[in-house]
Amino acid sequence: MSDAAAMIAAPEAQAQDTGPLLPLRIGALTLRLGGATVIDNLDLTLGTTGCTVIMGPNGAGKSLLLKLLHGLLEPTSGRIAWGEYAPAQVTARQALVFQKPVLLRRSVAANLDFVLRARAKDAGRRDALLDHVGLAHKASQPARLLSGGEAQRLALARALATDPEILFLDEPTASLDPVAVLKIEDIVIKARPAGVRVIFVTHDIGQARRMADDVVFLNRGRVAEHSPAAAFFAHPSSTAARDYLNGRIVV
Amino acid sequence: MQSIGEALSLALSLILSGDADIVEIVLLSLHVSLSATILACLIGLPLGALVAIGRFPGRNAVLILMNALMGLPPVVVGLLVYLYLSRSGPLGFLGLLYTPTAMIIAQTILITPIVAALSRQVLEDLHAEYADQFRSLCLTRLQSMQALLWDARYSLLTVGLAGFGRAVAEVGAVIIVGGNIDHLTRVMTTAIALETSRGELALALALGIVLLVIALGVNAAVHSVRLTAARQAYV
Repeated sequence: MSDAAAMIAAPEAQAQDTGPLLPLRIGALTLRLGGATVIDNLDLTLGTTGCTVIMGPNGAGKSLLLKLLHGLLEPTSGRIAWGEYAPAQVTARQALVFQKPVLLRRSVAANLDFVLRARAKDAGRRDALLDHVGLAHKASQPARLLSGGEAQRLALARALATDPEILFLDEPTASLDPVAVLKIEDIVIKARPAGVRVIFVTHDIGQARRMADDVVFLNRGRVAEHSPAAAFFAHPSSTAARDYLNGRIVV
Repeated sequence: MQSIGEALSLALSLILSGDADIVEIVLLSLHVSLSATILACLIGLPLGALVAIGRFPGRNAVLILMNALMGLPPVVVGLLVYLYLSRSGPLGFLGLLYTPTAMIIAQTILITPIVAALSRQVLEDLHAEYADQFRSLCLTRLQSMQALLWDARYSLLTVGLAGFGRAVAEVGAVIIVGGNIDHLTRVMTTAIALETSRGELALALALGIVLLVIALGVNAAVHSVRLTAARQAYV
């Protein structure tokens, strides 16, 4: 498949299947963009519960992996199976919060109204969602004038408005202050008891320690290590992860 | 033939006295050009949105055609509409030739490509920002188009303004299909052309001044709306 063709078209109200999405099985996944192999023969299996944190140096392929898992990119080769489904079949059962939140040029409340209406959800949930993320008092303000932390909380509320079974978070707290980071983490932690499976990309080692049940460490488009969080932080088995955790540059 | 000074003085007195002929001509001009602009927006904006987000075979050819049609010569549009609406033409039975409706049709054809091509560019730029989010939310193409059109509403005002500017200032199309008939199809541009050829510079100048004032006024209004929107980060 060509690089251009790897960018798949917008899903047209595709029928979404209802069987279980987990476990997730990824086999020999490869993605080439612009002549470079950015995901390289990647194998990974994720279990049915918890919060998986994906770590790795810049350019390791973390964000691209999320887009592949969410059905926003088509792999060059290999297989992704959410239960028995391909990613594009179950995109609507998942939500992705991007590193830089893309908010509509409307009020905070109108951003949520739009998603609730587009996805045929109960419009009456808007106020509860805003309250849940601590933005009820900003409902009528223009969304694009929110601070970075507030904007990301609105993006998170929008993601939760779609009732996702899988919640992808792509470095949602990058460049936020510590208080804003903890607020985001609190919202994510509260979503987990409702059965939301979280897959969280972060560079923040402290955050990974707080959030992770298991850690996938990516390096050069491959899984260098996949371990339970406690084991990963206590005794990383790969040299790349060990160097990364010790603050040494992984090349 | 008056001197420029005399003509200007007469023109201002005609405007300030609210000359009935001038008022009638100005109102008809606004009626025709605003109607054409609204129709062109109703057709051109969805078309621009569709091409902005659509990926289909022949898209590049459509883009080239849309951009090329922005430069449609008004007299050619006028001639084509004339051929269709004239008594022997396929739509001659409608009896629309030499009516304001024929002028609206001609101006709509003239400016729809402008609205479509400019809105396509505006919406494509916005879509580049929204595309991943829209795909993540599984929006249908129609939902994406609606969201883009609403979020780009203030930028699209400028697009509409460009269409209106082209419509209200053109003379070639409306003079062919309207005929410049006094009290029926005489608009500012055709009246200016006629009065100038007759040496009646005062009326021509008066209408020219009104045309400039309208252009300035509409531009100022749109600019003011955009500034307000920009303060709310809606642009």
